[in-house]
Amino acid sequence: MPRPVISFPHLGNYSYPIAYFFKHITTAEILIAPPITKKTIEIGSKYSPDFVCLPFKYNLGNFIEALEEGATILAQAGGGCRYGCYGEVQEQILKDLGYNFEFLSLMDNGKINILTIYKSLKKINNHLSFSKYIYYLLKTMLMIYYIDKIENYIRLNIGFEKNKGSFKKLEKEMLNSFSNKGFLTYKYLKYKRKFKKLAIIKPKKPLKIGIIGELYTSMEQFSSYFIEEELAKFNIEVKRFTNLTYLLVKKRYVTKKMLRDVKKYASYPLGADGLDNVARCKYLIKHKYNGIIHIKPFGCTPEIGAMPIIDKICKDYNIPIIYFSFDAQTSDEGIKTRLEALVDMLKERKRKND
Amino acid sequence: MIKIGIPRALLYYKYHILWINFFKNLGLDVIVSPKTNKEIIEKGSQYVIDEACLSLKIFMGHLHYLKDKCDYVFIPRLACLKENEKVCTNFLAIYDLAKISFPTLKILNFNLDVEKKEDEFEGFVKVGQDLNFSYLKILRAYEIAKTKEKEYYQNQKIIMENKLKTDNLKIMIVSHPYNLYDEFVGKPIINYLEKEKVTTIISDIYDNKHNDIDCSLISKTLYWTYNKELMSFVQKYKNKVDGIILLSTFPCGPDSLANELIIRRVKDIPISYITIDNNSADTGLITRLESFIDIIKIRKEKS
Repeated sequence: MPRPVISFPHLGNYSYPIAYFFKHITTAEILIAPPITKKTIEIGSKYSPDFVCLPFKYNLGNFIEALEEGATILAQAGGGCRYGCYGEVQEQILKDLGYNFEFLSLMDNGKINILTIYKSLKKINNHLSFSKYIYYLLKTMLMIYYIDKIENYIRLNIGFEKNKGSFKKLEKEMLNSFSNKGFLTYKYLKYKRKFKKLAIIKPKKPLKIGIIGELYTSMEQFSSYFIEEELAKFNIEVKRFTNLTYLLVKKRYVTKKMLRDVKKYASYPLGADGLDNVARCKYLIKHKYNGIIHIKPFGCTPEIGAMPIIDKICKDYNIPIIYFSFDAQTSDEGIKTRLEALVDMLKERKRKND
Repeated sequence: MIKIGIPRALLYYKYHILWINFFKNLGLDVIVSPKTNKEIIEKGSQYVIDEACLSLKIFMGHLHYLKDKCDYVFIPRLACLKENEKVCTNFLAIYDLAKISFPTLKILNFNLDVEKKEDEFEGFVKVGQDLNFSYLKILRAYEIAKTKEKEYYQNQKIIMENKLKTDNLKIMIVSHPYNLYDEFVGKPIINYLEKEKVTTIISDIYDNKHNDIDCSLISKTLYWTYNKELMSFVQKYKNKVDGIILLSTFPCGPDSLANELIIRRVKDIPISYITIDNNSADTGLITRLESFIDIIKIRKEKS
């Protein structure tokens, strides 16, 4: 029997830790799906239901491209809103297209369950012991945590780098080094030092923008038309909340606190990250950010419910906010123009206030 | 006398017998907003963003109508009706949305979340106590309303089963009750089909004992309570009808995936998928229905 080939949809830089995880707990070959391009989303849209949300189309495009390159096992995980139901529909669509593969769903009813994941992984690797599985699961989580920490630092400083491209280059080097053998924490500390040493020219009070919104567009830069990179070009400090560390671990402990914080605006969770985004607005206002960018894919139901509430908060506290709704056909230029206008406006406002 | 307003939208269509009877038995006045019309949709669209689904816009429009015509508006938040199941996130948000959009509105609300051990009766007790009624009075009103609700749905079932026995052309319309009975969304379709002497089987039955088993024959991982009900309805009655119409409002989140599964997995029966948005025109709709009826007729004559 030929060696199985396992693949999974892209999610920003997380393909590194996920590939690392699968590499160590299965005997299968790892195929990282071809990088997302315009073609990926074109193929994905073609075979997706009409008004499903955008991440579904990206994921489906990833799957099709991976299958074309020879993948035999596809992994999918998700929960919260519609994500939990993606797997079954995508499997059916791909089977109807005539592909032959095994589908590995790592989510149980939209919730993460360590035992269910173990059971489904057992299907592809019979010899997997529980201790080994837990060991690599924790190690992967640690890697995700370190990547998120470094990326937070990058977002704060990349707008002010002295040598263009120095941050991106070092980030790539770090991700490759993380996937190799070696002591993870040591490597993290080493790269943390290296990042701190990179030359930056940062004013004392830079322009600060917070990005809130739906999780996929936040984490997969292609789907938000590289909004963070665009912002960096304007010398801006960017704060983003959503990352895997938050979604997998932190989120479940902060709901009560968030409800307390935004008591005046929301009495109940709004589904998926709706309440989180309302609370984040409050945080950004408290920490004196200059503006907020809200991003979401077209048709994201939880955000649609939360947006009037977010709008109300921003009006009450008089902080500028701009909304982006990304579609398969959104134009790059339109986004750039809107961003430019926003930054000009924020700069003018800041100058007046200072 | 205190006037309670109930918006004729979303979950009203599923629980109206219970809600209206509960408040009437407490001796309160109940105002239900009028049937959906163009103006209500236009007004409602102003409160939410453009991308929101038509059903949500209609709901906001009804709230706008009620906002200064009653003392309280009843908006319960039904967050989780069964363990490990969910509802569309819009249902989670409507209470807070209403509070933000209509700051002067007094809202009667209870939260129903089975996973947090909150049930329907407790919710009504809370609502009753907010209005200063005694526990016994609330209990009585609730029980009478609940019996009425049961009777209503039993009647509905008998009517439907009689309809299934006829030799007419039968079309099943699968959609949420708030689409089916809405004057703007589902009613034109039902009226047209009935004018063409087609028997319509409507997917609104209360009996959901075997939901899980029936539903799992089509989809195993679907977790939206209301969509599960629809799916089990399709599974139960698909062999007794000649065609299925899936009706949805644009862009309904749960429907986008659940209906895709129905289309791909229910074979041997013609399915038409109709989506309504605020600009839908009657003419286009009627052309589609006409051709769908023709297809089914030809198919029935052949067999």
